[in-house]
Formats: sequence, structure tokens, C-alpha cells
Amino acid sequence: MTKMRLLATTAVVLLAAQTSKADAATEVVFWHAMGGELGAKVQEMVDGFNASQDVYEVRAEYKGNYTDTMTSAVAAFRANQQPHVVQVFEVGTATMMAAEGAVYPVYQLMADADLPFDPSDYLASVVGYYTTPDGEMLSMPFNSSTPVLYYNKAHFEQAGLDPDTPPATWAEMSEAIDQLQAAGIPCGITTGWQSWVQIENFSAWHDQPLGTLENGFAGLGTELTFNQTPVVDHIAMLGDWQDTKKFDYGGRRSDSAPKFYAGECTFYTNSSAAYAGVAANVDFDFGIGMLPYHDNVDGAPQNSIIGGATLWVLQGHEADAYKGVGEFFNYLSSPEVQAEWHQSTGYLPITYAAYELTKEQGFYEKNPGTETSILQMTLNEPTPNSKGLRFGSYVQIRDIINEELEAVWSGAKSAQQALDDAVSRGNELLRQFEQDNS
Amino acid sequence: MEKRATFDNRVLAYLLVAPQLLITFVFFIWPASQALWTSVRREDPFGLRSEFVGFANFARLFDDPSYLASFQTTLIFSAAVTALVLGLGLLFAAMADRIIRYATGYRTLLIWPYAVAPVVAGVLWLFMLNPTVGIFAYALQGIGVTWNHQLDGNQAMLLVVLAAAWKQVAYSFLFFLAALQSIPKSLVEAAAIDGAGPVKRFGTIVFPLIAPTSFFLLVVTLVYSFFDTFPIIDAITSGGPARATEILVYRVYRDGFVALDLGSSAAQSVILMLIVSALTVVQFRYVEARVQYQ
Repeated sequence: MTKMRLLATTAVVLLAAQTSKADAATEVVFWHAMGGELGAKVQEMVDGFNASQDVYEVRAEYKGNYTDTMTSAVAAFRANQQPHVVQVFEVGTATMMAAEGAVYPVYQLMADADLPFDPSDYLASVVGYYTTPDGEMLSMPFNSSTPVLYYNKAHFEQAGLDPDTPPATWAEMSEAIDQLQAAGIPCGITTGWQSWVQIENFSAWHDQPLGTLENGFAGLGTELTFNQTPVVDHIAMLGDWQDTKKFDYGGRRSDSAPKFYAGECTFYTNSSAAYAGVAANVDFDFGIGMLPYHDNVDGAPQNSIIGGATLWVLQGHEADAYKGVGEFFNYLSSPEVQAEWHQSTGYLPITYAAYELTKEQGFYEKNPGTETSILQMTLNEPTPNSKGLRFGSYVQIRDIINEELEAVWSGAKSAQQALDDAVSRGNELLRQFEQDNS
Repeated sequence: MEKRATFDNRVLAYLLVAPQLLITFVFFIWPASQALWTSVRREDPFGLRSEFVGFANFARLFDDPSYLASFQTTLIFSAAVTALVLGLGLLFAAMADRIIRYATGYRTLLIWPYAVAPVVAGVLWLFMLNPTVGIFAYALQGIGVTWNHQLDGNQAMLLVVLAAAWKQVAYSFLFFLAALQSIPKSLVEAAAIDGAGPVKRFGTIVFPLIAPTSFFLLVVTLVYSFFDTFPIIDAITSGGPARATEILVYRVYRDGFVALDLGSSAAQSVILMLIVSALTVVQFRYVEARVQYQ
């Protein structure tokens, strides 16, 4: 009985404490998908914002991986329980953009809340992915990264290669791997996020289209076309390499990381944000280079594109809470906060000011290779082929691409056949999406 | 003969069944009718636009070869899991039944895996057979087998079947053991005196007597392999590689919760509901008819 009473009292006290807090500050709920170290980092930023003023109180909640977070937000919206801000990964962009009436575009929020906001402060190649054709920013970039080439310097020395010059082209890569394998290293290269790195970024990097209508930026009627570009030869080459482990598939997402960590493969292409993980898990010297390119393709290298997530604002809350959201976004974009985030995680700085600040602080000199991602992203002015992509149902299309690529790696299909199948299956989903959203 | 209990007070009767009816309504009828409703509509994830499309969602599913393949995958997976679970459960139970010393110890150890959450079971097997760092994968490499379930669909299937069965064997073991122990010793001994060997005794006496238990376990294990194995698939393969382990219930989740295609996902769950109803009817009609309870 006493236990019950104690519980009840505690509940009342807690409730009271919560109410008084809510009275003092307008609450802004922020759902994110950053677990572990990154989650702690996000909490640190939120605490920083809460401490910097006392009008708003941001409450950050971890909602699982990207898919879980997006699904939770969608379900919450349907039940009228949506958070103010939700972190959505890049392939969810088309779904969010199509949800007019559910999302509150950032440019509009900033104007309504009368807050200072200049889109040109932000890295063009980052925000390009999330702006309308008229250049209006719909969501706030948060964690963006781009794939880079990690390589094992110890292996380079073992095989008599120069540890400071990673191969720039795939031809050089092929030679280097032959030399490495001759020196007893079992596997050449493995990759994380195969669709993102070996097809999407490959296309941008070689200035090739993934689909029609500017990769979907110009309309819902877009069709995939990557079965008609140098992607085919590239995948065919990797498929051949799989036989002798010059390339070795290690699973979707970042499941291939152990192959690099354990010193099985010399090269590893994955997100620049994998930097912290690589640094923590390897006991050899590693270097970072730009993605290799095929020098027989005109226009390569162009620039790489981003992955990662942005913050979307959901409709249905009070105006003063939205003002809090705007203040919070401005805090996140401030050079000091951004530079710190960039340096500790490997994600790209989203503003030019944060990039400049990081340079001034001498970070890149102290951590060689960390600037590669930005240099690669900004190598050239983006073309319609290298702005990014905006295809509906892209979560499913990526799964299809994964399946078809796996069929190539296991030798079940030729590269041309697999990519033809991926394109025709993907186009079916695009037509369905067009029908559902028009 | 059918027995019938009668209530003089009808109100009391309705009151007594009311809680059960309420639970059935809230947890079955209401969600099931929602699924039916959603299955004939197309809507965007946020529920901003929605239109009636008739059976278009179903038509699209049956036009999709990968959906039909998913049926086959489910059949293979369920049959393999059920066979392993019942076979091993019975084998272990028969062996444990004969043990006299340390019997409790053996039993406890055999029951343990059941306490493991499905997703944990999945991760355990995943670590043991991870192509790069798994200890079993390493051992297999030693005897010349290249283990890579991320690329080889058959190996992936084998892995999820093993993980799903391993966890559930304990359950069938427990029931089989109880059934075996409830068989009167005198029957078996009498048969032995009459000259029946172990195989004959098992076939004519033991098996018929544990048939009700076997039937119960068959139903439970089939339902388990159809529905409760979702976390194992999710943790080990996520349905891959190239959909080799995408069972029906996993696809419902993928299309609904990952791809946010609610219409198709609802249509699939309606189909699943029909399959389970049919399965239950068949089992009770035909299989149970051959089972003697007393």
C-alpha cells in the first residue's frame, strides 16, 4: 500500500515538474534517427540551444533508424500527434515533397517567423537536393555526406605502392589491385551502400543521367535510364572482379565495413561520415581519396552527390512553436555549431562559413583526408546529372537495385540484364507513384 | 453426445462473454476491417489523398512475379522450420525421456533457447555465421565451404531456418516430453513382453498416444513459422539476398512500413488472413479427423 502511495506521489510530482517546465518555455519536439555516438552529439547540440535562450525548449527523441523514424512520423501525423521537426533521409525526399499540406517548407517558415535566412549561405551542392526548381529550400540540411575512397596504407607499403597516392582512375585501381593481390592481399575493393555509391554517385561523378527529366527534378513523369550509360560497363567490370575477389561484395548498407577493418580488402568506398567508425576500428594507417573514375568517359570527374538526412517541419502546430523551430535551425546552421558537427562526425559542413571556420582552425591539416569529401562535392558546378535525384518510391527502387546487383555479384545475371530489369521494375514503381500523387 | 450448459439469466450470460467479445472486437474485428478498407484504396503515406480503386491492389500483387515467389519462399521456409522443430523436438524428448540421472539438468538446458527473444536468436546466429568474422563461417572455410549468406540465397534460407527452428525446438521438446511421460508404462511393457521391438512399439503405441500433442504442435509451429519469425528474418537477412528469404509476413512489413505503400500492404495482409483461415479449417477438418484423443 505504501509503495502504491509512493508511486502515486512520485507521478504527481513528476507531472507537476513537467507542467511547470512547459509553462516556462514553448516546447519543440524533434524526432531524429541518430543512435549511439551521433545521438549523443545531437543531444549536445540540442542542450546547447536550450541553454542559449529560455523561450523555447527543444526535446530531442531518438526514434530508431531512418526508416523507423520516417514511418513513426507519418503514423503520428495520421493520428494528429506529429512532432514539430523530423529527420528524414534523402531517399524519402520525394515522398515528403509530395506531401503538400503535411510539411511546412523551411523558406516559408523562416519568412513567416520573420527570421534572418539566406539560402546562399548554404553549400549549393548540399541544398540543391532539397530545393524546388525555383530555388526554394524545403527542408533544412542536417547530416549530409558523400562517398569517398578509404584505403589501407599498410597494404600499399606491403605491395610497394606509394601510400600517399591512391588510384585516381579505375584503370589505375585495377593495376594497383593486381599488384596488391600478387603481394598476398586477398581482396581489392569492397563498398558500402552499393546503389548510392556505385550507381547514383557513379553517374553524377561521370556526368551521366540516372533518369529522364533531370533525374526527376523536373517532374513526376521521370523514367530511369541508367541501363543505357557507362554504369553498365562499370557493373560488368565489378561483376568480373568478384570472381577473383578484386571486388568483394559485403552486403547492403555498411555491412562490408569488417572486410576493410579486418585488413581483408585494401579499398573501401563508403560515406565520408564513416570516418569516425573507420578511425575507431582499424589498427593500421589509412588514407582517404576521391572516388576513382573511368577516364574514357567524357565529363568525368564531375562532382559527387550527397546522402544523409534533412530536417522537415510538419504542419499542425502553433505559430510561436514554429518560431522556435526557426531559431533552432539558425542555431544549428551557425558556423561554430556546424564546424564542430562537421569535424567530429565527418558529415559535410552545410554552410560556407562553417567550412571557412574549419579551415581557419587548421582542422584539415591536422586530419589529412577529411577535406576530400568537400573538394569532391564542389569539384565542378553541378550539372542536371549531378544535382542529385528525386525519384518517388525510391526506398523500394533502391531495394530493387540491391537485388539486381546481388544477382550480378552471384553470377546469376549479366550486368546488362540485371540493370535492364532494375530499370523496368523501377519504372513501374515510378508510374505508380505518379498516379498516386497527381 | 453434445453437452449444453443453459443459463436461466440471459443478461448474466451476455455479461460473462462481453469482455471476450470486446477484446475480439478491439484486437481483431476492428483492425481486420481497417485492413479490408485500406486494401481497396490507394492513398499517400500521410493520408492526405485517398481514392477507391477496387481490387487494383490485389491485381497488381498477382501480376508481380516476386509476390508469387514469396509464396513459394514461405512454403519452403515453413515446411523446413516445422519439420525441423517437430523432428528434433521429438528426438530430444525421446532421448531425455530415457535418461534417469541428471534428467532435470538436461531438460533445463534443452528448454533454455525458448527464453531467448527471436531477434536475439537471429543476431546470435548472424554473428556465428557472419562471412567475415563468424566463427562457424571460419570453420566452414576450413573444410572448403565458402559461406556467404549475403550473396547465396540458399545459404541465407538455411540460416534463417536454423535460427527459427533452434529457438522453437525447446517448445516442442517440452510438449513431447510431457506427452511421452504421460504414456502408461504398463502399455509399453506389455507390448515388449509380447515381443514388439522399439520401432514397432513406437509406431503402434507411442505415436498414436502422442498424436494429439503432435497435432497441436503442428498447428502452433506452422503459425509460428508464418508469423512469429518476422524478427529473425529482419535481424538476419532483411528478406535478402535478392528476396530469397522474403516470406509473406515480412513483405507486408516492408511494403507497408518501409515503402509506405499502405494499399498494397493491406491487400497482402488480407490475403494472409485468408490463408490462415483456410489453413486452420483444413487442419481441423482433415488432420484432426485422423487424431484420436482417447
